[in-house]
Amino acid sequence: MTALKGSGPAVCIGEDIDTDLVIAGRYLRTKDWSLWAKHVFEDLDPTLASRLQGSVLVAGKNMGCGSSREQAARALHEAGVLAVIAPSFARIFFRNCINVGLPVLECNIPECRDGMMVTFDCTEGWITVDGIRHEFLPLSSRMQEILSNGGLVEYWKRRLER
Amino acid sequence: MVTLSEKILGAQAGTYVDRKVDKAFCHDGTGIQAKIIYDAIGAPGLANPDAVYVIYDHIAPANNSQTAELQAELRTFAENGAHFREIGSGICHQVMAEGLVHPGEVVIGADSHSCTLGALGAFATGVGASDMAGIWVSGETWLRVPDSIGLHLSGSLKAGVEWKDVALSYVAELGMDGGTYDALEFTGEAAPSVPMEGRLTLCNMAVEAGAKTGLFYADTETRRYLAGYSVPCHMQLPENPVYVRECDLDLSSLEPVCAVPHRVDTIQPVSQLAGIALDQVFIGTCTNGRFEDLTRAARILKGHRVKVRTIVVPASERDYLQAITTGVAADLVKAGCIMGPPGCGPCLGAHMGVLGEGEVALSTANRNFKNRMGVGASYYLCSPSTAAASALVGEIADPREVL
Repeated sequence: MTALKGSGPAVCIGEDIDTDLVIAGRYLRTKDWSLWAKHVFEDLDPTLASRLQGSVLVAGKNMGCGSSREQAARALHEAGVLAVIAPSFARIFFRNCINVGLPVLECNIPECRDGMMVTFDCTEGWITVDGIRHEFLPLSSRMQEILSNGGLVEYWKRRLER
Repeated sequence: MVTLSEKILGAQAGTYVDRKVDKAFCHDGTGIQAKIIYDAIGAPGLANPDAVYVIYDHIAPANNSQTAELQAELRTFAENGAHFREIGSGICHQVMAEGLVHPGEVVIGADSHSCTLGALGAFATGVGASDMAGIWVSGETWLRVPDSIGLHLSGSLKAGVEWKDVALSYVAELGMDGGTYDALEFTGEAAPSVPMEGRLTLCNMAVEAGAKTGLFYADTETRRYLAGYSVPCHMQLPENPVYVRECDLDLSSLEPVCAVPHRVDTIQPVSQLAGIALDQVFIGTCTNGRFEDLTRAARILKGHRVKVRTIVVPASERDYLQAITTGVAADLVKAGCIMGPPGCGPCLGAHMGVLGEGEVALSTANRNFKNRMGVGASYYLCSPSTAAASALVGEIADPREVL
């Protein structure tokens, strides 16, 4: 199950982070998803992977641009990221995150620094950064339904059962 | 008062719609991930097998046994239910453009450059593996109808300036996220005169500006092109579309440009980059591996010899065969180029031309992200003519000096 609300320390990355930087092409051809968690952000900052468990990833604009590789979203989810927050997302990455069960929140929080405590609520549409509240457009009911099922696999399983 | 996206999707920008997918395609890379998800869902079968295409292009042929085994698994799945295209058929977007995609269709590909097919007046966009699996299960998907940016083309290209230069120029104008959540509509007085190969190149790079798709209205050029595949064409006329943003692009004012490492939206005139030493030149990809691109390169290389290793990869079997029967392939090989099998070639940095640390390359691809084509390498993006002119001297060179 995916938590539609939660909190964790921020891990901050820059703007225009492409999916090649999230997970490099050389690691894509595998069925072992844990491999992606191990190598996530390797070409950006090799120390990042070990800091992601239980964190909230805070990116700059245009997060996840480039390749459609779902492995990028999967890698962050596998690495234990609770949610990704950015002022804007590349649209395929945004969709992929929801499909793998990783909340994505479109919100600008420029004051956020590494380690600050971030609390989020997808259904009500708010974030707090060290207690300061920001609001954002809540996800559509369909996106919330996919997320609350833990991703598209469970969502489709349930729809087929009906 | 509607945009082409609104017309095809049948709803206003900003609304969410569920739509039947007319063509759904994936490749060896995304396809196997989609199959894993599809198996996990446990659906009884493909909802609409006739709409499903699996086209091997990314690592084609396989580079090691792990890739081979994943490809074998997907091949067995695809051959029993969907349309399957084996290695060597070509890049998925190009194969789909060869008579399979028709104007007005909803086309979804598990690859970011699926927007290429908007060149044919279809609503074409990329998704990830789970969405593709969902389409296999249900035959449909949800979409947010995008706002549209109007890119108005005027004037005509000067000698030595190509559609790739136009594509790099508009991406630089909009910026890497300038079209995020939007569609790009190519219109204006010069749009009808853009040949299909140019439309495919322009729409291909829409995603580099963050856009969901790029579109041309189906017109007499679309009809002429599809007639070559015996496919009828329903024309589309602009209905006073309302754009959220409009850009004018005067083709006459453009010159050959390169995107410099490591951003697609940062360009410089080729004339200012001349003299940068190169280790490799690559002519190919879904942006510029078509027969017309190979022909432009061959026109410059014929009768000469390249001074740097130059890899040429046709976008499809059809493009390759045309290059062979017209003598274009022979001109390229005689000039010292290495011809690879139709497919993505070195574009994704997985095989067949990966760069070493510190190496510099010139490529006709659509992305120059850091480490993409080789860890620690740098690469510039350019047109086929700039690539060919540069291959002749082993450094970045202006094609207008050799034409």
